Amino acid sequence: MPSAKFQIWRGDSHQSGELQEYPVEFQEGMVVLDVVHKIQAEQQPDLACRWNCKAGKCGSCSAEINGKPRLMCMTRMDQIDVSEPVTIEPMRSFPLMKDLVTDVSWNYKIKQKIKPFKPRKPDAPDGSWRMQQEDVERVQEFRKCIECFLCQDVCHVLREHHLHDEFIGPRFFVYTASLEMNPLDTEDRLADLKEEHGIGYCNITKCCTDVCPEHITITDNAIIPLKERVVDRFFDPLTKLFRMFA
Amino acid sequence: MSDYESFDYDVLVIGAGGAGLRAAIEAAQSGVKVGLVCKSLLGKAHTVMAEGGMAASMGNVDDRDNWKVHFADTMRGGQYLNNWRMAELHAKEAAERVHELEGWGAVFDRTPDGRILQRNFGGHRYPRLAHVGDRTGLELIRTLQDYAVHQGIEVHMEQTVVDLFKTDGRVSGAFSYDRELGRFKAFNAKAVVLATGGIGRSFAVTSNSWEYTGDGQALAFRIGASLIDMEFVQFHPTGMVWPLSVAGILVTEGVRGEGGILKNSEGRRFMFDDIPPLYKNQTADTPEEGWRYVIGDKEARRPPELLTRDHVARCIVREVKAGRGSPHGGVFLDIAWIKEKINDSEAHIKKKLPSMYHQFMQLAGLDITKEPMEVGPTTHYVMGGIRVDADSQMTDVPGLFAAGECAAGLHGANRLGGNSLSDLIVFGKRAGEYAVKFAKENGDVRFDAQEAKASGQRAVAPFERVGGENPFTIHHELQKLMQEKVGIVRVESELQEAIEELAKLRVRAENSAPNGNREYNPGWHTCLDLPNMMTVAEACAKSALERKESRGAHARADYLEKEPVFAKINHQTVEADDGSVKVVAIPTVPMREDLQEIIDWQQK
Repeated sequence: MPSAKFQIWRGDSHQSGELQEYPVEFQEGMVVLDVVHKIQAEQQPDLACRWNCKAGKCGSCSAEINGKPRLMCMTRMDQIDVSEPVTIEPMRSFPLMKDLVTDVSWNYKIKQKIKPFKPRKPDAPDGSWRMQQEDVERVQEFRKCIECFLCQDVCHVLREHHLHDEFIGPRFFVYTASLEMNPLDTEDRLADLKEEHGIGYCNITKCCTDVCPEHITITDNAIIPLKERVVDRFFDPLTKLFRMFA
Repeated sequence: MSDYESFDYDVLVIGAGGAGLRAAIEAAQSGVKVGLVCKSLLGKAHTVMAEGGMAASMGNVDDRDNWKVHFADTMRGGQYLNNWRMAELHAKEAAERVHELEGWGAVFDRTPDGRILQRNFGGHRYPRLAHVGDRTGLELIRTLQDYAVHQGIEVHMEQTVVDLFKTDGRVSGAFSYDRELGRFKAFNAKAVVLATGGIGRSFAVTSNSWEYTGDGQALAFRIGASLIDMEFVQFHPTGMVWPLSVAGILVTEGVRGEGGILKNSEGRRFMFDDIPPLYKNQTADTPEEGWRYVIGDKEARRPPELLTRDHVARCIVREVKAGRGSPHGGVFLDIAWIKEKINDSEAHIKKKLPSMYHQFMQLAGLDITKEPMEVGPTTHYVMGGIRVDADSQMTDVPGLFAAGECAAGLHGANRLGGNSLSDLIVFGKRAGEYAVKFAKENGDVRFDAQEAKASGQRAVAPFERVGGENPFTIHHELQKLMQEKVGIVRVESELQEAIEELAKLRVRAENSAPNGNREYNPGWHTCLDLPNMMTVAEACAKSALERKESRGAHARADYLEKEPVFAKINHQTVEADDGSVKVVAIPTVPMREDLQEIIDWQQK
């Protein structure tokens, strides 16, 4: 059986933690989460990590593997170099709870502040609507999001500049886009995007798109179109003029 | 040490998957105060794992479909052990519940005329599953979650309930710990809805997550509710078998719905070799007819790959045992072959089955548009669970309701794919509605503070066990035992051995101990989960021992056939005087005449 040295962050909210090393053997086909579970079962039963589905569908096991934000359940051992120690750290943009578990409650608070879906009246007497597949495909891309928050973790506006009070982060631009571009929706969120949600802070470095395990093209398909809508509404001179007399 | 924070609700919902969220929404919209407790973060519950779709006879793709056909399909799939009233309500109300989701933001795949698209699935006569690619569960939970957070529901995330309270013969609340710091909360509630899911973590090869430890079933059982049908555990025919570490992860039935075929090592489509009499006149005679069905020919009948899950799982086991399996002990599931039939099959497969494509690409390094997958049965779902009243979802304990997988009745001896997500929204809504009604009619109730104190003491007891055993070791042994002796094919001697072994494991579980402290400590959590897993495992093994026949998901090597006497019996699990698990046979309720007529008419 091949072996590796795992350096896992151990610590809690009271004290600064440190990497601790665990030698471990693994089998062919194992993912990083399997190895963390093996360490938990055999060496450290109180090692904290979140997980649920182990199939890349729930977005619970987000961590930084050798410094890169990834899902532990979708990172195969044969994709990483085990000749060097493998570091497993919690997401760094959120407060630590314990070991690999972070406090992501900020994300839930942000979502609650975004104006919810508000559909137009149903198209048919049975309460249903008519939409073409090609018209919903763009929104379906955004709705693939599993809320792993890796995009939030990697976004420098949050990670380095800590603008959590002024900027909602890529996940919630994707969420806003999924509402704004839903053919049935009648709500207007552009003023919020510009003012409270800080879309202007994003300088489209596409780090979020790079780490998205669902391969959502966050920057190109969600953020840039939203930025364009904000610009059209609030900064376009012709529109401004028109609004003045409208 | 056992201090707790107190909360007061009219309705407390335990579990935040599809059923729990739907129940909480229903209750909150009637204006009462609602608390929602979930074991994980909001939106991570097991519902996200559901892939194929939710069954509702909207008739958008085939207008011959209606609730009566859906009802008859569900009953036939459950081998008529279902609670027929639940099957009736489910078939009648599913379509309205699905439309409602669209109004709350769900974005389903569309038909050419712009309605909700429906796909083929095992045991369903017509294309019936509303879906979003192969991530329908995610769509359901996200829609409900995003809607629920604006309904004034108080959500308690990462809280595990360890006890229910009972006062004056009715439920009065619950006691929980939070994962973060291990602090306790006590909830006072006029009515409680359990929506805690299944029991799959008691088995070694499973598609279920760590949460599925039978909590709701065990919590209800301990305060006097009974369980039924616990011998019926669904082994989904297609789980991944390789690599070993991902064995058990689900491969959606949608693969077969889109034309995927099952083959053995000799390249034979073995599903054509064994078609049950009950399905003979609904099943294609030739591969050619099967393909015509897949592409929507209304004259064609279903390919045998779309027979019910119990049957397909057993056929796979038979092939493997006969030495005709794939290299890693499964069989081949091939969707790539459709390139013979359609242009640009690669793009088609990626569009229809995107998660499957990525799952195999990332976990097994296999391209499903080019090569067949290796698949085998995996523990997926428990048809049995808490006994409930069909209309209200109330359990045997007044004020205690149950909905979704933790409740029993709708699915009988075998669940049809797609009937779970619709179950969640139909009966989640009903549970919420009737919980409010109960709360209003019965008024205040207080749990006994002494009981809460005792709950806290029991919860921290594992830390006081000197030299206790590693709980993960016991859990692994339980999983191995259940897989080997209470698995897909059962036999009397092994079931008896399992029951004896379970008693020993229970003693060991009572002496399991964590290291460290109460903060986010999976070892401690496992110590507290183990007794629940033991209770449901024992209920399953003892019910399986009593059912001396093979029916639906329950297969006995020593009783290969269906026995007429068991066609009219459900097994009920009750607490014996000494606190142990006892199984009694209860007669099924004769079906209402008009429903029987539907069955007879559909049988023709």
